[in-house]
Amino acid sequence: MILGIDVGGTHTDAVLIDHLRVISKTKVQTDTANLLKSLFEAATALLPTASFSRNLERIVLSTTLSTNAIVQDKTAPVGMVLLSGPGLSPSLLPATPDTHFLKGYANHQGAEVLAIDHKEIQHTAEAFRSRGIHHAGVVGKFSPRNPSQEKAVQAILEPQLNHLSLGHRMSGHLNFPRRIATTRLNAALWALYGSFVDQVLQFARQLEITAPIYILKADGGTFAIAQSREFPVQTILSGPAASVMGIMTLAKISEDAIALDIGGTTTDIALFADGVPLFEPFGITLGEHKTLIRGFRTYPLGVGGDSAVRLKGRTLTVGPDREGPAAALGGPLPTPTDALVLLGQCAVGNREMSAASLAPLAAVLGLSLEETAKQVVAQTCETIAAAIQTLVDAVNSRPVYTLHEFLNGKRLAPRKLYAVGALARPLAKALGTLLGCAVCVPEHAEVANAIGAALSRTTAELTLLADTERRRLSIAEEGIQLSIPAGFTKEDAVRIGRERLQAMARQWGSSEEEDVELMELQEFNMVRGFATVGRNIRVKLQITPGAISSLQQGLM
Amino acid sequence: MSRRKTGLIFFPAFDWAISPSHPEREERLLYTQDQVFEEGLLDIEGILEFKPSLATFDDINRAHICVPDAASVTAESHLISAGGAITAAEKVLSGQVDNAFALVRPPGHHAMLVVHGARGFCNVNTEAIMIEYIRKHYGPKRIAVVDTDCHHGDGTQDIYWNDPDTLCISLHQDGRTLYPGSGSHDEFGGPNALGATINIPLPPQTCDEGMHMVLDEVILPILEDFHPDLIINSAGQDNHYTDPITNMRFSAQGYARLNEKLAPQIAVLEGGYSIEKALPYVNVGIILAMAGLDYSHVVEPDYDPSQLRQPPEITRAIEAEIRKVLALWKTRQGMKRSLFSPAAYSRRKKAVYYDTSGISEEQEETVRLCDACGGLVMIESAADRSYMIFAIILPGRCCSDCRAQGEALFSRTNPGKYGRVYFQDRERGVFMVK
Repeated sequence: MILGIDVGGTHTDAVLIDHLRVISKTKVQTDTANLLKSLFEAATALLPTASFSRNLERIVLSTTLSTNAIVQDKTAPVGMVLLSGPGLSPSLLPATPDTHFLKGYANHQGAEVLAIDHKEIQHTAEAFRSRGIHHAGVVGKFSPRNPSQEKAVQAILEPQLNHLSLGHRMSGHLNFPRRIATTRLNAALWALYGSFVDQVLQFARQLEITAPIYILKADGGTFAIAQSREFPVQTILSGPAASVMGIMTLAKISEDAIALDIGGTTTDIALFADGVPLFEPFGITLGEHKTLIRGFRTYPLGVGGDSAVRLKGRTLTVGPDREGPAAALGGPLPTPTDALVLLGQCAVGNREMSAASLAPLAAVLGLSLEETAKQVVAQTCETIAAAIQTLVDAVNSRPVYTLHEFLNGKRLAPRKLYAVGALARPLAKALGTLLGCAVCVPEHAEVANAIGAALSRTTAELTLLADTERRRLSIAEEGIQLSIPAGFTKEDAVRIGRERLQAMARQWGSSEEEDVELMELQEFNMVRGFATVGRNIRVKLQITPGAISSLQQGLM
Repeated sequence: MSRRKTGLIFFPAFDWAISPSHPEREERLLYTQDQVFEEGLLDIEGILEFKPSLATFDDINRAHICVPDAASVTAESHLISAGGAITAAEKVLSGQVDNAFALVRPPGHHAMLVVHGARGFCNVNTEAIMIEYIRKHYGPKRIAVVDTDCHHGDGTQDIYWNDPDTLCISLHQDGRTLYPGSGSHDEFGGPNALGATINIPLPPQTCDEGMHMVLDEVILPILEDFHPDLIINSAGQDNHYTDPITNMRFSAQGYARLNEKLAPQIAVLEGGYSIEKALPYVNVGIILAMAGLDYSHVVEPDYDPSQLRQPPEITRAIEAEIRKVLALWKTRQGMKRSLFSPAAYSRRKKAVYYDTSGISEEQEETVRLCDACGGLVMIESAADRSYMIFAIILPGRCCSDCRAQGEALFSRTNPGKYGRVYFQDRERGVFMVK
């Protein structure tokens, strides 16, 4: 049996899955002041006896803990050491107190240009101590190409801190400002997240659970709870990821598609190309924090079941704000939910209260209550459909850098719409008509997030750069550099990458051989004067998100 | 957030090269991409990246006479490169951005009006195709092209030689020391467009200081007098001190400051072959300068200002050149009468060598002396690998006399001894072949 739990902003969902069947499910209100309480409550509901606990094969958790801590600014103070070198002015970098710009940097080839200054780093350590800073990050320019300076700083700084986050371990992608932001968030979350892990492990011991526990990441993959301690930043925005994984698992998407999670406050929109969810090209964004965290390209549109419905002149507007629950449940303003309640398409709360909330609108529009409700529903669907169209257009106009992609590049043309969430059933059909899509609302849609979390496999990514002139292979995410012979080929790079990625996945908790996908393979001649002196080989590999392979056939 | 909204059209064409070890090869912009990504420029609010469009053969035929036709002298890469420049123009003229940089390859500024093949790594002229696109879609604009590539922008000069509404300014390493050899200050424009071509050759080893002297004392004042609707920078980067095929001493700081002072609405990448040591830094500097952001921290790892100081004798040589160019500029208005009247036509002959394709062309260009417009242009051209062609070109803002003569000439000229006869009406965007 597998237990999946998604601690979301409003609800905490849990499912127990046995032999690809949902054998029990539950939904409890999330106590935002005590997320662990909600988590344990949901788990306890599904594990009434110790025999259930002993029969578990795995537990997967998705939690909004890290996201909330960042949004509510409840993280630890962080000191940052930046080896920025020349380039963007420091005034244009994400600025926080206790940031120290120190000597040292590498160039785009990963060659050290300016050495670090040990004395300067010692002074910084003292400054951190006097400011009461126990968590810090170090980020060097081009450190994924050469992590040695970050490691040298680590050797000096780490013994004097509780924890130090290293920039090159966050991602293999090049983007110094995002690497700074990501490393800082990781450092800021480390203590808080560590204590969450401790409490989960203690809870598991109390329930005599011996099954491995995994945590869902923003890219819809899982990692072992022990590994997650080092990289808490990977768990931000795992909620939208859980919903994408849930839809993917329940619906078996194989085509270009739109996936919607129509919740109370927002509708999360995700897109699929040939059945594969689209990722953010550089990394996900949380509030003002642009990160390098791999994650789905999801868009939270401020339109949901509880969105405020108003009149601007004679035009109805829906959202983007939520002033409370639907009027049917005692909320202050009419909402799309109220319109559906009035039309008899949604059984929530008190229909009279919905009618009362819609009456002033009907008076201004000179329409019957029923006609007004229909217009509210139509406006809701049109707003969502317009946002989807904008997203699809943006994907199709994204820049490409080769002739091949320019001339043969795929155009996304979704013809299928998958919807989960509270209003999925009443709204899906109208949305499908507006977008020219066939519609599917899968079974168990209301606990899709927990199912998505439960069945997701371990994912990982690896970035390799081989420079046969300098006889060097660097693997960004592992922070290692290897010597290679002059005759090193791109096939060698891919083979080594595959082996390393499989090993990394095992270390992160995968128990099976995962499919490795080649995302990028480029080879360039390096020429001095008019002679080729070597080759520059660039490889990116990933284990794509999906259901654990032993469960891929015929779910539910 | 940037002070100006800047569009970036980045098309590095990672899968296209002239030949495997040619300077114009796949990874030319690879390290620039690395630097642009690592500096996080695409995340800055106000810097927007756009996908290039694909230029059409109609777009090319507004700027060139291609022999035998546009399809035969271009590959997809050229259409995307020109399309990238068109996208840059479209974003600026539609008001989506304040300025835009087409960071595209292959380059174009050596491609002349008549195209038989590739010369100086160029097949078709990216900027000229863009300029004629602008005029077709946004009306007859006065446009200035400032070519800061190390090589003389001879192709752009040739296309606009007879156009008084397009000011072509090129500063470059002295043609006696570098390809293509032309670009002396006395190349000053055709008879009806004297002063609309300005050349400022610079001695080898010229540094930032010399470039900025020319900018401050010649280019900016002439632009002020010309009063263009649009300034376009042919942004070659091979004046850099590390460039392997030239002999100049400019730095990333010098290029960024140049861009800041010139404030072009559109910049289009041209040459620049120090792909690891110059381009990453020069391009980051230019993008920041265009966006109105602080570029003072953008320096090459081996940048040493004390090594890039300009020797006094070079400064003196540049000062002398500046005096000559300014003297010509100040007397441009009376020049036509003293040089050409009372003739009705002016004729020039030239031999063009296409070094990249290995083609030789003989050309005779006749222009009608006209006080009302750029003048009817007739070209007879023969290349050693194909037949002789004849082309009739009506200028933008064409006067009724030149139009009547040109149209009559095209209708009565039959291919006969010519393989093809072309008619290009730049005012109305008409292109015909027989």
